Amino acid sequence: MAGMPWPLPWPFERTYMQLALVAGLAVGLAAPLIGTFLVQKRLSLIGDGIGHVAVAGVGAAILFGTSPVWTALVVAVLAALAIEWLRTRSRATGDLALALFFYGGIAAGVVLASRSATNTNLQPYLFGSILTVDAADVRLVLALAAVIVITVVVTRRALFSIVLDEEAARVSGIPVGVLNASLAGLTAITIVAAMRVVGVLLIAALMVLPVATSRLFARSFGQTLAGASGIGVVSVVVGLWASRAWALASGGAIVLAAAAIFALASLAVGVRRAAVGSPDLLSGQ
Amino acid sequence: MAVAAPSLAARDVSFSYGSEPVLSHVDLTVGPGEFVALVGPNGSGKSTLLRVLLGLLPIQHGSVELLGTSPRRLRDRGRLGYVPQRRELAADLPATVREVVMAGRLSRSGWWRRPRQADRAAVDHALASVALADLGDRRLGELSGGQQQRALIAKAFASEPELLVLDEPVAGVDAESQGLFRDSLVHLVREHGAAVLLVSHELGAVAADLDRVVVIKHKVVFDGTPAELTASGVSLGVHREDLPLWLEGLD
Repeated sequence: MAGMPWPLPWPFERTYMQLALVAGLAVGLAAPLIGTFLVQKRLSLIGDGIGHVAVAGVGAAILFGTSPVWTALVVAVLAALAIEWLRTRSRATGDLALALFFYGGIAAGVVLASRSATNTNLQPYLFGSILTVDAADVRLVLALAAVIVITVVVTRRALFSIVLDEEAARVSGIPVGVLNASLAGLTAITIVAAMRVVGVLLIAALMVLPVATSRLFARSFGQTLAGASGIGVVSVVVGLWASRAWALASGGAIVLAAAAIFALASLAVGVRRAAVGSPDLLSGQ
Repeated sequence: MAVAAPSLAARDVSFSYGSEPVLSHVDLTVGPGEFVALVGPNGSGKSTLLRVLLGLLPIQHGSVELLGTSPRRLRDRGRLGYVPQRRELAADLPATVREVVMAGRLSRSGWWRRPRQADRAAVDHALASVALADLGDRRLGELSGGQQQRALIAKAFASEPELLVLDEPVAGVDAESQGLFRDSLVHLVREHGAAVLLVSHELGAVAADLDRVVVIKHKVVFDGTPAELTASGVSLGVHREDLPLWLEGLD
């Protein structure tokens, strides 16, 4: 990208690390925004499921020689809309339908990829390969992240109204069906944007863990959103630093950083509660 | 002299879930500035009737008009306020009382727009009307059950509705909150001329302020003033046990 390598300190002094940083920051900023609404709707694992289905898109791309990102995007968006349709119309048996989607998706991806003449490895898509992203990859991730951020900024009040009370939101004229479908679509876009950063099997963690941390301290929904994005960004920086310092897999290091931040924050809240004797902010903890 | 159109009018409404009839030829009107209670035993079709009136269920038979038009065609949704049946709010919902109440303002301001001064003023007024003005910046989960329910009522008030529909808004709520709830409803009716349709098993707090009581058991079995209802031996305190035998004996 223009002007790289920029004059940044170690470990970001090299071009490849700067490209990884930009892609990672975009995902770290955008993923928790979607995760905030998914967590509140008790749909934290939907991101994981859509990631599984996206593997089928990658496998198909490998077999037919199309772009893995765009093929995975189409498959993931269609799957997300189908899952949303099932969620609104099914009762308990919806879990079985979801399991069929999720495990069928990843199995299909493995089978399709195995039929390819090029013997392409799925691992970079499953767990990320952020250190190998090029400028074109970064521009695509930035574009997808921009779509996510702009859409959330415009619709966040309506989405909040839906997570608060979907029926009341419907009566007040908010287009609940359209916005729920949009949230499902944005989840799919987040999965695909994060494919090269942390991989489709780990992205759900980056959508959920920063949100869990932010909720420990936030005093409002607005603070929860902003805090979750901030923690996502910090997780990416810490994870990339650790991966360079100790030669760790970058995707895993980023997720472990997010997990460590949550663990430390929980500990801090626990210690403060014990010292002050004040009520905890999260019920049941 | 022209008669004002009713704020809510259901004519000959019938509804079935599959082959099971729930509502049979129900007629119900609420005029502008009227305070009407809808009562009936469990399973009498009250909630189904509300959902048909609000457009959450399709009209299978009959007609419904909300503020002069069918529910599906009502565009200016800010004129309609709705408090759904109280459910457990997520105790860990990371939102302030003010954010919750502001969500009720979206139908007036437009959900895609940033709140403006008029919206903030309406939210402040709604909080004051339910005596939560000092708790606007507290997290909703830190409030008592009664306070949370008052916050949800303030959310419905925030759009400054012409018609307010409430489904069991004070079930399980403490006496002080019931009193404050009564005061805020009376304020909405008397000062703002809003029409109110209240579904509740507990009418003691508002009995003196009601214009009419409608009793349904799949169909309308009584529609009159509270005095006429209590003259038939029914207490408005907790009517579930006090429904007259002639009502319980209906098919």
